[in-house]
Amino acid sequence: MALMASSRREAGTKSFPLVIYVVVPLLALGLQSLLSLHLTRFDLVDLPLLVTIYYAITQREPVSGTLVGALIGIAQDALTHHALGIFGISKAVIGYMAASLGVRVDTDNHGTRLLLTFSFTLAQTVILWLLQRHMLGQPVAWHGFHELLRATVNALLAVVLFALLDLTRRTEY
Amino acid sequence: MESFFSRYRNALVLIAVLLAQVIGLAVQVRRPDSGEADKGGVRLIRSWVVGLVTPPERLLHGTGRGIRGLWTNYVDLIHVRQQNKALKSELDRVRLEEDSMAEDARQGQRLQGLLGFKEKYVYKTVAAQVIGTSGTEQSQVLLIDKGSKDGIRPDMPVITPDGIVGKTRDVFRHTSQVLEISDATSGAGVILEKTRIRGVLRGDTWGQPEIVNVSPDDRIQRGEAVLTSGGDAIYPRGLAVGTVDRVRPDPEGTLVNVLVRPSANLSRLEEVLVITSTGEEVPSEMQQDLTEAEQAEQKASDVLAERLPSRVDPNAPADQQQEPEDDSAEEGAARPVKPPAALHPDRYTPSDTPPAADLVPGQKITDGQSQATSGNENGAENPPKAPANPESGAAPGTTAKPGKGKPATKPAGNTAAKPKPKPAAATTPGDQPAPGAQPPATNPPATNPQATNAAPATPSQTTPQSPQRGVRAWL
Repeated sequence: MALMASSRREAGTKSFPLVIYVVVPLLALGLQSLLSLHLTRFDLVDLPLLVTIYYAITQREPVSGTLVGALIGIAQDALTHHALGIFGISKAVIGYMAASLGVRVDTDNHGTRLLLTFSFTLAQTVILWLLQRHMLGQPVAWHGFHELLRATVNALLAVVLFALLDLTRRTEY
Repeated sequence: MESFFSRYRNALVLIAVLLAQVIGLAVQVRRPDSGEADKGGVRLIRSWVVGLVTPPERLLHGTGRGIRGLWTNYVDLIHVRQQNKALKSELDRVRLEEDSMAEDARQGQRLQGLLGFKEKYVYKTVAAQVIGTSGTEQSQVLLIDKGSKDGIRPDMPVITPDGIVGKTRDVFRHTSQVLEISDATSGAGVILEKTRIRGVLRGDTWGQPEIVNVSPDDRIQRGEAVLTSGGDAIYPRGLAVGTVDRVRPDPEGTLVNVLVRPSANLSRLEEVLVITSTGEEVPSEMQQDLTEAEQAEQKASDVLAERLPSRVDPNAPADQQQEPEDDSAEEGAARPVKPPAALHPDRYTPSDTPPAADLVPGQKITDGQSQATSGNENGAENPPKAPANPESGAAPGTTAKPGKGKPATKPAGNTAAKPKPKPAAATTPGDQPAPGAQPPATNPPATNPQATNAAPATPSQTTPQSPQRGVRAWL
C-alpha cells in the first residue's frame, strides 16, 4: 500500500529545534486568535489542531503526541471561557492517535496528510461534541455539513502548512 | 509489573492525562459559580496563556492600525470634503432631534422621580481595543487590551455606539475577556421596543443572539428594535441590542425564540467601550446637554415667533385686526369662533344685535342704534365711530408702538369692562397714527385715556354704551 511506511527513511523520526517546539504552538494560538478577529470565517480553521497533528505524526511517539496535544489544547481552552480541559482532552486523544498512526503510514505523503487531517478534524469534532453535550451538558448542536466543510478546509490548509513546517525539521535515523 | 508499564506505557500515559483533565473538568464544572470568573489555578493558567499570546497580538494589531492610519490619514482623503458636508447636515438634523427629545427626557425623569424608579445612567466608560478572540466557534469571547489596571472588573457591560457587545468575564492585569451576547452561555435581559415583551437574550448554536422562551405573539414583527431592559443588573436600561430578525418555534416546547440581528457588528469589532461606572443621578454631562438643548429650543421658538406673522399685524387694515377680549385670561382655552365682519351690514347681520344685557323686553331696536352697533363692529364702515385699530387708532392719544406683535395680543387691561365715554384729551402732540390706522374720529373715542397702552379694543369694548343709554334707546 502506497500510504504505508515501507522504508527506513519513511519510518525515521524527525526532530525540531527546541525554539520551534515553543514558538510554533504559540504562533498558532496567536494567529488563530488574531485572524479570527479580522477574517469572518477563519474560525473554521483550527491552527492548534494542525500543529498538534504535525508534531504527532512527525515525532511518531504517542507519549509526546499526547502531552503536546494536551498542552496545546489546555492553552486553547485558556483563551475561551470554557472550563480548562475540553480542548485538552480532545487534542490529547488526537495527538495519541496521530502519533500511533504515524508509525505505520508514510506521513511525508501529501495525500496521507490530507486524509489524516480530514479524519482527525472530524474526530476532534466528535470528541468535543461528546464532551460538551454529554459530559458537561452544554447546548451544542451537530451541524453535519458545516463540520465536513471545516474538515475539508483544515485538510487543505494542512498540506500547505505541513510543507512549510517541514523546512524547519531535521531527520534522524 | 515493569514489563506491564513498559508494554502499555503509551496507553497508560494517555489514560493518566485524560483522567487528570477529566478530574480537572469535574472540579471546575462542579463549582457553584461556574458562570462567573475563574479563581485559583485555573485563573493562573489562563493568565499565563493570555500573557503569552496577547503581546504579539498587540504588536500585530498596533502595526496594522499604524498602516491603516497612515492610509486613512494621508492617502485616502479624497471624499473628505463631501463627507464633512454630509456630516454637518447630519449634525444639524441631530440637533433638531435633540431639541425635540430634550423635553421628553425631562418629562421622563420627572415621571421616574414620581414613581421612585431608579434609572441607571452611564457615568464613566473606558475605551478599549479588541486585540483577539478565542479563535473557536464554540466560545464567543473577545480579548481587549484593558484590564484591572484600567479599572475594569468582571461583569462590566461592554458596548459600542451601535449597541451592546457583551460583558467582561475574566479580567487580568492588562487584558480582559469579553463574553459576547452571541455566546450560548451569555444572558442579557432585553425588551422589545414596541410590544414591550421581555425576555432573556443569549446566543444560539450558530452564534446568533436570540430571545429564548417567548410566548407566541403576532405583534412581533421583523425589524422591531430590541433594547436592554435593565433587569439583569449588568446592562443599563435602554441600550440598543439589535432588531428582530425572525421568529422560530422552540423545538422543545410551545414557546418561540426570537432571533435578533445585533446592532453592533460583532464579527468586525475594533474598539469597544467598557462601562465602568453607573449611577442613579443624571450625569453632569447629560444634564448639561439637556440644558443646552432646552436653551436652543427656547431660542428656536423665539426665532419662530419673530418670523411667523403675529396675530395682529399693525400694518394690516383696521377691519382685519380684531383681537380677542381677554387673551391672557383665556390662554390655552378654546375661544368661540367669531364670524368675520360683514362688508355691508344690514339688519340681519349677527353683530347688529345689541348685547343681551342692554335689551329690554318689548322694546324695538332702532335703526340708529343698529347702525351704531354695526358700525362699531366694523369701524371701516363707520369712520366717525371709534377706530378699530387696537393700537394706534383706538385712541388718538395712544402711545402704543406699532409693530410689536406680543403686546398686541395682550389684553387691553380693564378698559372695556367699564367704558368711560370721555373725550380723548390725552392726545400728545406729535403722536402719529400708525400706518393703516383710521383718521382721528370726530366723535369722542370710546377708550379710556388712562389706558392708552391698552391695545386691542374690540368693538364691544369700544362701544360707549351704558345700560342706561340702552334703555333710553329702547324707550
